[in-house]
Amino acid sequence: MISVRVRKHFPPGRAAGSFALDCEFTAQAGITALWGPAGSGKTSILDAIAGFLRPDAGRILLDDALVFDAATGVHLEPRERRCGYILPGYALFPHLSLRRNLEFGARRLPRLERRRSVNEALERFELSGAAARKPRELNRAERFRGALARALLTEPRVLLADHPSLGACAPERAECHDMLRRAPGELEIPVLLATTDLDECLEAAERIIVLREGKVAQSGLTRQVIEQPATADVARMLGIYVLLPAEIKALDPSRNSSRILVQQTELSGPYFPGHFLGDRVWLCVRPDQLFARPRDGKPGPNQIPAELIRVTEKVRSVRLDFSGDLAVELPRAEYESQKHNKEWVVEFPPNALRVL
Amino acid sequence: MAVDWFPLWLTLRVAAIATLLAVGAGLWLGWLLAKPPFKGQAILDSAVSLPLALPPTVLGYYLLVLAGQRSPLGRLYEWVTGHPLVFSWQAAVVAAFLWSAPLMIKSVRITLEKMDRDLERAARSLGATERRVFFAVTLPLAWRPLAAAAILAFARALGDFGVTLMVAGNLPGKTQTLAVAVYDAASKGEGALARTLTLVISALVLAALWGVNRLSARQAL
Repeated sequence: MISVRVRKHFPPGRAAGSFALDCEFTAQAGITALWGPAGSGKTSILDAIAGFLRPDAGRILLDDALVFDAATGVHLEPRERRCGYILPGYALFPHLSLRRNLEFGARRLPRLERRRSVNEALERFELSGAAARKPRELNRAERFRGALARALLTEPRVLLADHPSLGACAPERAECHDMLRRAPGELEIPVLLATTDLDECLEAAERIIVLREGKVAQSGLTRQVIEQPATADVARMLGIYVLLPAEIKALDPSRNSSRILVQQTELSGPYFPGHFLGDRVWLCVRPDQLFARPRDGKPGPNQIPAELIRVTEKVRSVRLDFSGDLAVELPRAEYESQKHNKEWVVEFPPNALRVL
Repeated sequence: MAVDWFPLWLTLRVAAIATLLAVGAGLWLGWLLAKPPFKGQAILDSAVSLPLALPPTVLGYYLLVLAGQRSPLGRLYEWVTGHPLVFSWQAAVVAAFLWSAPLMIKSVRITLEKMDRDLERAARSLGATERRVFFAVTLPLAWRPLAAAAILAFARALGDFGVTLMVAGNLPGKTQTLAVAVYDAASKGEGALARTLTLVISALVLAALWGVNRLSARQAL
C-alpha cells in the first residue's frame, strides 16, 4: 500500500507559468492509473514518490516505511526507497547486455543468489534467449519486459510506470498492460501507471485518479469514474460527454421525474437527487445515447432543433456535430439511412440525462 | 644537422602528465559544474575558464608569484621535494596543466549535461550509490567524448609556450620544451632545426586531432 500527500510549488519557468502540486491519495495492490492531460502533475507525483523531487510539504508512506515527511525532515535518497521506476523509454543501460542490466537490479543479493534470481527473472519474462543482447538489439516489448524484470529484482514496495506504452501500437499496448498486471505476482504491490490515454486506463487499471492542474479531481473505480464524472470539469476532461448549461425547472421525486431548461427548450428527465429548483447546472449526456432525427414540422417532446455543422468518421461510428455544442454519435448504418436529412432535431431520451 | 631530441621527449612527458592531471581535475570540476545549480557555481565556472582567456604571460606571472621560491606555496613545494618548483621541468607540467585543464573541464561538463538523465535516475532507483552511478553508468556511456576531450587537452598541453616560458624558462636539456625550442631556434637563425621541430609538433597535433575525429565520428554505441 502507498499513501501520498504532497504539496509543491513550482515557480514560473521559461516553458510554463507557476504550477502547484497539491494532492492526496492512497493506492492498494493492483494497478491505479494517474490520468490527466500533459502538465497535470503525473510525472511530478511519480518523481516525488521515487525521491527525485522533494515536495514542500506532506508525507509519503510506502507500506509502513516513511520515505518522505516534511514535518520531521525525512527525505530518503532514491536508492533507499525501493521504488521500481519504469521510465519513459524504459532506460535500459545501452552499454550493458540484458543480463547485466538485470544484475544491476539484483545488486543487493549475494553473488550466487544473484545469478539464480536473474536467471529466474529472465525465464519468467521470456527473455532467456535475449539475455546476451544489448538493449538496442531488442524489440520494444522485450525492452519493456527487461525494464520490468530489472525493477522487480529490487523487490520494490511500489511499481511506478511513466507512460509505459507511449507510441506503441495496439497489440504491443495490450501486451504491455498484460505484463504490468501479471508482473508483480506474489509481491502484491501497488502499481501506479501515469498516462494521458483514457483507453489505457480502462484496459489496464482497476482504479483511476484523475489529475487536473496538480490536484486530484476525482478518484475511484475506473469504469465508475468514466460513467459518473463527479464534476463538469472531470466530464469535460474525459472528452466523451456533451455538456450544456441548464436550469432545473421542476423536480418530482415521487414520480422520479424532472423538467430542465436547455437552450430555450424544456426537456423531461429523471429525478436528480441533491439538486434544487432553479439550480443552474450542467446537463451531461453521452453523444452515443442521443438520437439525431429528421425534423418534421414542430419538434416533438425532448427534441431540440439543431443545425448540422460537421460530420466526422470514427472507427466504429459517425459523429455529427450540431450548432449549440450538441453532438450525436450514430452507428454507421444508422447514419447512412439519415444522411440526406435537410433539417435535424436532436432527441434526448429522458433516462440518458444527468446533471452536474 | 644534429638534432637534439631532448625537447620532444620532455614535451611528451610533460604533456602526458599534465593531461592525466587535467583529466582528474576535469572529471571532478566538470561533474560539479554539470550538477544542478548551487551557490557559487557561476563563479566557479568563470574561474576555471579564466586560463582560456588570460594572456599566457599573465597566467605565467601569476604562477611565478604564487609558486615562486619566496611564496608559501613555493616554499612548501621545496620543503617536500627538496628543490624549487620554478625553472624545473615540473613547472612546465604545471604550466601545461593550467593551459589544458579548462578545455577538459568544459568538455566534461558539456558531455555530462548532454547525458540521458533517465539512465542515471534508473540506476539510482535500482539502489546504486552516486559513486556506482558515475563509474558504472555515466563514465562508460560518456567515454568516447571524454577520451576525445582528453586528447584535445593533450594537444593543447603539447603546444603551450607562454606559460611554460614564464615559469619553467628556456633551459636547454632541462626545461626546454618543443614549443620553446622552436622559438629558440628561430630567434638564433637555426632555420633547419626550427623547421624540423615544427614538422614534428605539427605531426603530433595532427595525429591527435585525427584521433579526436575518429572518436567523435562513431558516436553511436
